[in-house]
Amino acid sequence: MSDAAVAAPHKQHTPHRQRPPRRNPIDHFLRFREASILLVAVGLSVYFYSASPAFAEEGNLVTISHYVAPVAILATGQVLLLISGEIDLSVGHVYALAPFLMHYAITFYNVPVLPAIVLALAAGALVGLVNGLVTLLLHVPSFVTTLGMLFLLNGITLVTSHAYPVPIPEEARGVAQWLGAAPWAEMMWALAIVAFFQLVLSRTRWGLHTVATGGNQHGAREAGVKVNRIKIGNFMITSTLGALTGILEAFRINSIEPLAGGSGIMFSAVAAAVIGGTALAGGSGTIVGALLGAVVLGILRDGFNLLGINADRYDLILGGAILGAMVLNVYLSRLRVRGSLR
Amino acid sequence: MTAQSMLLAENVSKRFGPVTALRDVTLRLGRGEVLGLIGDNGAGKSTLIKILCGFHRPDTGRIVVGGDEVVLRSVSHARSLGIDTVYQDLALVDELSVYHNMFLNRELSRWRLLRNRTMKRMAAEHLREIGVHIPDVSVDVARLSGGQRQAIAVARSVYSARRVLLLDEPLAAMGAKEGAQILNLIADLKAQGDISMILIVHNHAQVLDVCDRVNLLQHGTITFDKPTAETSLEELTELVVAEYRNRSRA
Repeated sequence: MSDAAVAAPHKQHTPHRQRPPRRNPIDHFLRFREASILLVAVGLSVYFYSASPAFAEEGNLVTISHYVAPVAILATGQVLLLISGEIDLSVGHVYALAPFLMHYAITFYNVPVLPAIVLALAAGALVGLVNGLVTLLLHVPSFVTTLGMLFLLNGITLVTSHAYPVPIPEEARGVAQWLGAAPWAEMMWALAIVAFFQLVLSRTRWGLHTVATGGNQHGAREAGVKVNRIKIGNFMITSTLGALTGILEAFRINSIEPLAGGSGIMFSAVAAAVIGGTALAGGSGTIVGALLGAVVLGILRDGFNLLGINADRYDLILGGAILGAMVLNVYLSRLRVRGSLR
Repeated sequence: MTAQSMLLAENVSKRFGPVTALRDVTLRLGRGEVLGLIGDNGAGKSTLIKILCGFHRPDTGRIVVGGDEVVLRSVSHARSLGIDTVYQDLALVDELSVYHNMFLNRELSRWRLLRNRTMKRMAAEHLREIGVHIPDVSVDVARLSGGQRQAIAVARSVYSARRVLLLDEPLAAMGAKEGAQILNLIADLKAQGDISMILIVHNHAQVLDVCDRVNLLQHGTITFDKPTAETSLEELTELVVAEYRNRSRA
């Protein structure tokens, strides 16, 4: 091409965008989307530790991990879905149903333990498939599809269990330690899942197409990205992770509860995702950020317990803290976009 | 002519519900030819392009690519046949980097992991080769100017089009100078002679500048087909004005 710079004429309108990155280490750190929420987590830890040194004892750290792990695993799926432009409100009820399905398979159909767990996870994937097909083929917004699924699954759980909790089947005791009964087991699962799906999100075609789908659905489709397949796949990942979380939690508390999971923990996962920098409108977010979001929520909950804050005030303070964390995060994101932190 | 056609759409029709977008359209694109497609808004130009690139399927008619009749199943299928497209809306993802956009849906990977470093290097090289100046290809497309975005979209398709390049208003939203640079790029490609192109442009002077032949699409039908050497700015303008008059009268 004869003229050397197609783009040059617009350069002068955007001088700050072309500026080479500064080498200041603080700026460098803040450039990472997760940095602000990590700062919040560290700040909260320092505060609670200074208020109550018991905060750093191993027993308490295990407690925090029990708050963090299920939210982080649910948030992992939710982040993928939110980035691709959808949401799953029913995942907390897949969580409740899956351990019952495992229990039914083992107790009533004599299915061995591991296949029973695989069946329960597959049922989770099936729920995701239905959510995805209804949303994409029948053009029902995912908010509505999964809202319907939420009640449907809750109904199935309550009817089939007669709303009574059951203990973990005797046959399953052998694997219990691995699946959540050991103190750090659930957190290990959470970390492995977060690491794996962060890799999927940032280093594979699936992740790239997930971002493309949420960022510009029409454009992604024009570029040949299989938008529906990406979305349905992410619905299935989310529901399967919901089933896994329910099973891990059942093993941890050694009981299968009909009222476990639910909307509370589902919204905690969405909150963790959003606190961690995932855009509800789709197109951007990180799973590591959601893990940090879950850590912040877990630290807050645990810290309030340690300080003996009245349970009635807990939601009041938690709500304020969530809003505060998000405002800070959004503010830092905006600085980042404007280039001040570049 | 058929024997030498790179791309042939024959008797193609397409309806969207009650709306007939294309009616029995036959369009030929010769090897190395640049065909200008003009017509009023809503005449069916974009629909025709989207059929030729595999985005829409025609209701009737057949498509022949390089002498072989094909059913274009998808955009990826058309791309595998060497047909690539610059869409009117650019089809860029703001949240992705320049090089990820350039390799969107044709990413390089090894053991399922993206080869980001290689893609980055290749994207930068390609942009340099065709004269598009982007200081850093790892920056998100959201940070680029309108002209830069347009250039990325064109560069991306030029990179992967082996036989046919379809350009749906590649000059929209560009200043005169930037538009001229994109037209230079098209002229360079034409001079190399490997790629046939269909170009939708509103400015008839630009059509006469770079195209070998011009087709006019009116109400879903091609009503005019002449080499640019045998027509003039006046004739093209008169055709469109006549259509406008007819429509006002109706």
